[in-house]
Amino acid sequence: MDEQLKLDGNAAAGSLGEVFPFEMTMAEVVCDHCASENFVGALMVYQPPMTLGTVVRCPGCDNVLMRVVHNSGHYWLEMRGARHLRIPDGSSVAAGEAAAEE
Amino acid sequence: MATQPRPAAQPGRLLWRVGEVFEVVEETPTTKSLVLSVPGWEGHKAGQHVDVRLTAEDGYQVQRSYSIASAPEDERLAITVDRIEDGEVSPYLTEDLMAGDGLELRGPIGGYFVWERGLGGPLLLVAGGSGVVPLMAMLRHRAASGSGAPAKLLFSSRSQEEVIYRDELERLAEADEKLEVVHTLTRSQPEGWEGYARRIDEEMLREVAPSPSEEPLTFICGPTPLVEATAAALVELGHDPAGVKTERFGPTGG
Ligand SMILES: Cc1cc2nc3c(=O)[nH]c(=O)nc-3n(C[C@H](O)[C@H](O)[C@H](O)COP(=O)(O)OP(=O)(O)OC[C@H]3O[C@@H](n4cnc5c(N)ncnc54)[C@H](O)[C@@H]3O)c2cc1C
Ligand SMILES: [Zn+2]
Repeated sequence: MDEQLKLDGNAAAGSLGEVFPFEMTMAEVVCDHCASENFVGALMVYQPPMTLGTVVRCPGCDNVLMRVVHNSGHYWLEMRGARHLRIPDGSSVAAGEAAAEE
Repeated sequence: MATQPRPAAQPGRLLWRVGEVFEVVEETPTTKSLVLSVPGWEGHKAGQHVDVRLTAEDGYQVQRSYSIASAPEDERLAITVDRIEDGEVSPYLTEDLMAGDGLELRGPIGGYFVWERGLGGPLLLVAGGSGVVPLMAMLRHRAASGSGAPAKLLFSSRSQEEVIYRDELERLAEADEKLEVVHTLTRSQPEGWEGYARRIDEEMLREVAPSPSEEPLTFICGPTPLVEATAAALVELGHDPAGVKTERFGPTGG
């Protein structure tokens, strides 16, 4: 893997925004391999050739957490490597929680 | 499968739309700002980006991400693009696109690499080359919103001519004693230059960055090697990794 092509989770936000109706960089993911928990914005994204879609990896152990491919009329979302995804729904409860964490 | 009705696109999803180039501003010999009019633009936060998509006559499409340069308070959306020699997208954006042309884009995108007035400070911003773009949106927002958060920008450029937003940064820093802008010029320096003249390293960060005990909100943006070296050095200096946010732009530059 060419280290130079490494980007941040932010770079996948556009692709994820095609699938999810939420802002996804503030969603939290737990890695199924090393159990570390990160914001999607803090994950690693490798810039693949466009046809291979977007690959999002764990910054701790490099495990593939998500793969998004848009191909012949379908979105493919593979999330085998992620235990769960916790997505703020944008409501005031989530906003209040974020404020309380500050 | 084919007989099943397709669900309608959800309103919350990110959709492509067409903006119009309102103005092209030359920032440096290789960098231009594109000021855009985007009908129905809902506003953005400093640090977010847009995806830009170009479509060739034969239908071939390419897309790239560009950080938003303008403050949320500004009337129009702006991006700043550095021309990468032999690039697929940036030479078109910096050389062919003119006022009045349409540009397909989607956004605003992102919420993690974002600073808003309410988050306070102190702010530590570290940029290499065009990596200054989202950090400039933060500084513009900081000024426009009257935030008194102390802020420091450490900005690495190859030469003085290649310093993006040089005049505006100077003006902002002169008018504001809580803002400090520190340049390092890595390839060539003007005569009499007394500032840094090397790549960003741990020693430079020790001198420039607030101490870890001040718990700065840190945003690092630019070419991937610069971002990684800076983030690693800050953690080495004792900064909490959770307070250090990064945005890698790709291979080189800066
Ligand atoms: C979230 C995000 C925000 C970004 N914001 C900005 C921005 O505000 N302003 C801006 O100018 N760019 C920004 N970029 C980089 C931008 O998306 C493109 O990668 C860049 O413009 C090059 O695209 P290209 O099609 O011209 O070159 P490509 O055709 O992709 O690449 C041509 C050659 O240049 C190399 N290359 C690719 N990217 C870079 C790079 N960044 N520096 C040096 N060499 C490179 C490639 O390896 C290849 O050899 C951002 C990237 C991301 C992920
Ligand atoms: Zn992991």
